[in-house]
Amino acid sequence: MLRRNRTTFTSIGLTALAAVSALALTACGSGAQGGSGGDGVKVGLITKTDTNPFFVKMKEGAEQAAKANGVELVSAAGKFDGDNAGQVTAIENMVNSGVKGILITPNDSKAIVPALEKARAKGVLVIALDSPTDPQDATDALFATDNVKAGELIGQYAKAAMAGKEAKIATLDLAPGVAVGVQRHQGFLRGFGVAEGDPSIVCMQDTGGDQAKGQTAMENCLQKSPDINVVYTINEPAALGAYTALKAKGLEKKVLVVSVDGGCTGTKAVKEGKIAATSQQYPLEMASQGVKAVADFAKSGKKASGYTDTGVTLITDAATTGVDSKDTAYGLEKCWG
Amino acid sequence: MTATPLPYDQLKGPTTVRRLLTTPTTGPLVALLLACVFFSLTTEQFLSGGNFSLIVQQVMVVGTLAIGQTLIILTAGIDLSCGAVMAFGSIVIAKTAAESGLPPLVAIALGLAVCAGFGLVNGLLVQLIPLPPFIVTLGMLNVAFALTHIYSAEQTITNLPGPLTALGETFPLGNTDITYGSLVTIALFLVFAYALSSTSWGRHVYALGNSPEAARLNGIRTSRLTIGLYTLAGAVYGIAALLLVSRTGVGDPQAGQTDNLDSITAVVLGGTSLFGGRGAVLGTFIGVLIVGVFRNGLQLMGVASIYQTLITGVLVILAVTVDQISRRKAR
Repeated sequence: MLRRNRTTFTSIGLTALAAVSALALTACGSGAQGGSGGDGVKVGLITKTDTNPFFVKMKEGAEQAAKANGVELVSAAGKFDGDNAGQVTAIENMVNSGVKGILITPNDSKAIVPALEKARAKGVLVIALDSPTDPQDATDALFATDNVKAGELIGQYAKAAMAGKEAKIATLDLAPGVAVGVQRHQGFLRGFGVAEGDPSIVCMQDTGGDQAKGQTAMENCLQKSPDINVVYTINEPAALGAYTALKAKGLEKKVLVVSVDGGCTGTKAVKEGKIAATSQQYPLEMASQGVKAVADFAKSGKKASGYTDTGVTLITDAATTGVDSKDTAYGLEKCWG
Repeated sequence: MTATPLPYDQLKGPTTVRRLLTTPTTGPLVALLLACVFFSLTTEQFLSGGNFSLIVQQVMVVGTLAIGQTLIILTAGIDLSCGAVMAFGSIVIAKTAAESGLPPLVAIALGLAVCAGFGLVNGLLVQLIPLPPFIVTLGMLNVAFALTHIYSAEQTITNLPGPLTALGETFPLGNTDITYGSLVTIALFLVFAYALSSTSWGRHVYALGNSPEAARLNGIRTSRLTIGLYTLAGAVYGIAALLLVSRTGVGDPQAGQTDNLDSITAVVLGGTSLFGGRGAVLGTFIGVLIVGVFRNGLQLMGVASIYQTLITGVLVILAVTVDQISRRKAR
């Protein structure tokens, strides 16, 4: 009996120790974040995940803007790309902690809508960053890249670079039903001047924007059609995966790879000639404009509205006539990640 | 009954204090209270009825899953498929009600039946072939995940009829709003706590988890009990599916992807042993609240969410360490 009781006390002690050490960790965490306090105005930033470099950069931009505007930034993220429930929870907690506005990159453009409506009903300004909600007016405003235009630019570029040669196109896409992926894909086709279902599109594969999956997708496309000479990729990780697959077959010089995003790794790959061109977007810009909009709302009560294009630039070192572009030196200066 | 499971059942002494100290739930409860005290001191908003109501709302889906998970872990099994089965159930409920025009209550019943069906198949494979629960439910995770995406055609289902989201609605209690779904979750926890601790069925479950062979020799029909437990767990996931739909207001094919691990986390934090036969469903409730309190409290403090993951990881390892050490000493 005595033995058992001692056991129990040990276990209670250990659990309490666990709790205490967890709290100690918490304290460290809050210390690390303590720099950006303001005069009580809080801005929430909710990204898709907190590990993707794009969102890391977005958060940096938001932190800088928070300091510059004298507001406090709180941030949260979904656990994985597509995690709606995690974002709903983050919204609720932020509204409860009294944020003035929420900036969100929705993981699911439709599923997030009811939670955003509840937040807006409590007077919180809600701004979508990077990608719109469905319907778009479920948020007060949208600060994002024009993804159709981003696709169009690389489509036009690829068309010009092919100089009339017969095209055999592979598209390495994102995932079914995700707006960003669909818009870039459609933009590319429009820029290239082909319609969906055109016989020149010989392979379409989903990559989830992941390098390893991009490689697998390209390998499979090459099995199906070894004569592919144009590859559209949803982002640069997918493009680099495609490059690895092409190189294994000795095709890397014969195939034109184009992409969207403008991350630093991707822009370097453009410089090294692995990717012919990429459409660069500006997450830092989205975040800083978003934070500023919330700060303005706190001061003047005026809400941001509508769609603000945060810009997109074609980056390539092999410029073609008729398509505006900047070189990789410019791209590396502005890249993220 | 020789295989009575919980230490406090063997104590002849009357005192409540002793009972409390020897329950595996006490450690987690102390941890939860400490966390609450800490967040009450560090943030203004933590200590309010509205905030507690919010935390319960936020944990109700994983909490309900964790009830089913507790049943299976008590038999020394594990269920990796629970989140995916729930996601499939939620799509079945949402799609049949919103698009195929079934009456909402029929759609809900169908969703529950589908989830229970998955549980039944899990149970049959584990018991009759037999296969390790880890493998069966890993396979079923993929089956349910794929079916969810095929059946939903990757589309989020919106415009759900009212009865599907009714449990997400609130009623006022004092100056706090409570969702009906939270009450459902709490009621489920109480029902299962009673059933496990105070019925012969519950004693059989613990006996099975301690030693299936001993349980069988004692006349427990272990095969039927196991299959029944997996099926019951499946039905509970069906209730979680309804709660999920009511909470988010949509049918979301991406839902539940990490909920299997989150439910296991809650069970372990609540002091239930992964090795079977030891633990309690109320501990699971405390486990799920620990996770919810940390997530909410850290958010209120303005700490980045990655710290929540860090802390949860540390807590889980410590909780299993506690279980192992106390087992070794008790032997």
